[in-house]
Amino acid sequence: MSAPVLEIKNLNVGYGLGDQGVRAVRDVNLTLHRGEVLGLAGESGSGKSTLAYGLTRLLAPPGVVTGGQVIYHPAEGEPYDVLGLSDERLRKFRWAETAIVFQGAMNSLNPVHKISVQLTDVLRAHEPKMSETSRLARAREMLKLVGIAADRMDAYPHQLSGGMRQRVMIGMALILQPQVVIMDEPTTALDVVMQRQILGQLIELRERLGFSVIFITHDLSLLVEFSDRIAIMYGGRIVEEAPAAAIYRDALHPYSKGLLGSFPALRGPRRELTGIPGSPPDLKGMPSGCSFHPRCPKAFDPCAGNIPVLGRPGTGDGRTRSVACWLHPTEEPVG
Amino acid sequence: MTIPTSSIEQVIPGQGSMAQPEAGKPAKAKRQRFLFLSNRKAAAGLIILGIYIVLAIIGPWIAPFDPGARGEDLMQGPSSEHWMGTTHLGQDVYSQLLVGTRSVIFVGFLAGIVATLLSVIIGVTAGYVGGKTDEVLSALSNVFLVIPALPLIIIVTSIMENAGEWVVALVIGFTSWSWNARVLRAQTLSLRRRDYVEAARATGERSGRIITFELLPNLTAVIASGFVGTVIFAVLSEITLAFIGITSSNTWNWGTILFWAQGQQALARSAWWWFVPAGLAIAILGTALSLINFAIDEFVSPRLRSAGKTKIKTNSGRTVRMRIGFTPVLSNSPEPITHASPIPVVDHNGATPVVRKEHAS
Repeated sequence: MSAPVLEIKNLNVGYGLGDQGVRAVRDVNLTLHRGEVLGLAGESGSGKSTLAYGLTRLLAPPGVVTGGQVIYHPAEGEPYDVLGLSDERLRKFRWAETAIVFQGAMNSLNPVHKISVQLTDVLRAHEPKMSETSRLARAREMLKLVGIAADRMDAYPHQLSGGMRQRVMIGMALILQPQVVIMDEPTTALDVVMQRQILGQLIELRERLGFSVIFITHDLSLLVEFSDRIAIMYGGRIVEEAPAAAIYRDALHPYSKGLLGSFPALRGPRRELTGIPGSPPDLKGMPSGCSFHPRCPKAFDPCAGNIPVLGRPGTGDGRTRSVACWLHPTEEPVG
Repeated sequence: MTIPTSSIEQVIPGQGSMAQPEAGKPAKAKRQRFLFLSNRKAAAGLIILGIYIVLAIIGPWIAPFDPGARGEDLMQGPSSEHWMGTTHLGQDVYSQLLVGTRSVIFVGFLAGIVATLLSVIIGVTAGYVGGKTDEVLSALSNVFLVIPALPLIIIVTSIMENAGEWVVALVIGFTSWSWNARVLRAQTLSLRRRDYVEAARATGERSGRIITFELLPNLTAVIASGFVGTVIFAVLSEITLAFIGITSSNTWNWGTILFWAQGQQALARSAWWWFVPAGLAIAILGTALSLINFAIDEFVSPRLRSAGKTKIKTNSGRTVRMRIGFTPVLSNSPEPITHASPIPVVDHNGATPVVRKEHAS
């Protein structure tokens, strides 16, 4: 496996402080490798978005990062902790090293400015020495990369379709050639055909430009198709992490199984859709032990008492995956 | 670097759904009752304003001298007998200031209330009803917008023989509502197209309820800042009138003090005690009202309110501020915060083979 580009170590993110606070992300460990698409899936409220915004320090008040490290490995030079950066360095770091495409990103375009102005704005801020013509050339090139004709440069956002706006946003995120792109449900507002088209394009771009992607969605079927590895979150913790194919074929955690059982397969024999009974846990009063045990069909004795640690399971392909479940006792915790 | 703020806001719905379960707890509601006072700006502003209001009520009674009475000490500096010195006629400046407070507060607040009521009624109606009504009301506020208040007051007070504080306050109130009405109309126009207002209309709520329940809470900040602004404007107008000698000279307010100080060239005669107290009183009143205004702005936005404390201490002892785009980091150590329960190796290795077999089948 290639070198890591982003290492999340015991990241804890919460909202509010003291007894009023809730812990939305708990002790998350995750490694993003160079050129990899890492899918992050889970129900609403499982902490996916909080994790993404927490690691980039974009969480609005009362969000607080209560602990952990996010080690970023730049293309050249020493790795450093993003959470320890000064405000000034964080400003420089953002977009140039990690870019974000937000939830409902197509509404992020300012309706009164032309696409070209909005695309070159970031270049003006991050590369002030660049000339106007080369800025425009870069913007045009970016638009072409995401599959929009260069003559759309002078269009206003309302003159573009939703899918085009979404692609403009992806192009905008990539314009400084960041190493990591975080996509927070970037395609939820689009129809399935457009979703596929855009994601296909993204994967193609990734192969050309070599960035890594953290892809957040609740649509597991989408992830199975497009991502290299998938991490499943529940109640603020990562409960399972494995290569996409391994999750699809043989999910170990009952929650992952539940998620997989809630959408139909396109091919293969018909099977009953199961879904997951119950509702997501209250972050203020988490169940003891494994937070999934009240809803888990396979819960047994240790589940209510002890929190399972994310670790390598003892099964055959255990080297490449990890799971936090008492059904699959771990040999060693993932460091 | 530009971070699209609209999309940062979109993080909030996610938080909202997570925050729901805690909303119903009675303990929390109780703690929030006096939350407005826990805001330092609000507390400071309200305390200062409270002192002014108390002085406005009891000022004439606690004043040690009759503000108009002439004394023997002419142009004396502050002393134990005359705390703020005396005028060229030997009048006590402290008593003048105390007696003058009532008129200033009265005019300020009466004008503020009149103008705010008018602006809410006219602005919200114009914005919500729309059509012909909107055009008529907008034209009306445009006309009032260009009426110069101060010259009008000068004319009115010079025509009326005994123009008292009531007249001054009402004229200021009736001439200064239009700007706020326009702001409220614009805000209402934007609010009434929001989905939740449309939804309220679709469920059959009456216009009155939509206005009072859906719209007005959203307009609180605008209304409050309009009120505070009008009060400041009214106070300054009244003082200006007195200062240029328009109002009757038998009522005292801070402007009257300044009028006499100016007329007797207090500055040239270095009688600072004559004009500094009145000037400070005006400045501090303005400060208090502005503080309340800021606090209201913060308070009515539930998003800012829920933030509560904005300064927090990190584990290393530094104080960081919560702000958008720079989430505070409390601790930087890679150690887990709650140590996940250690893996009970012995117990479980015994129990698991069975389970694993079940899984494999």
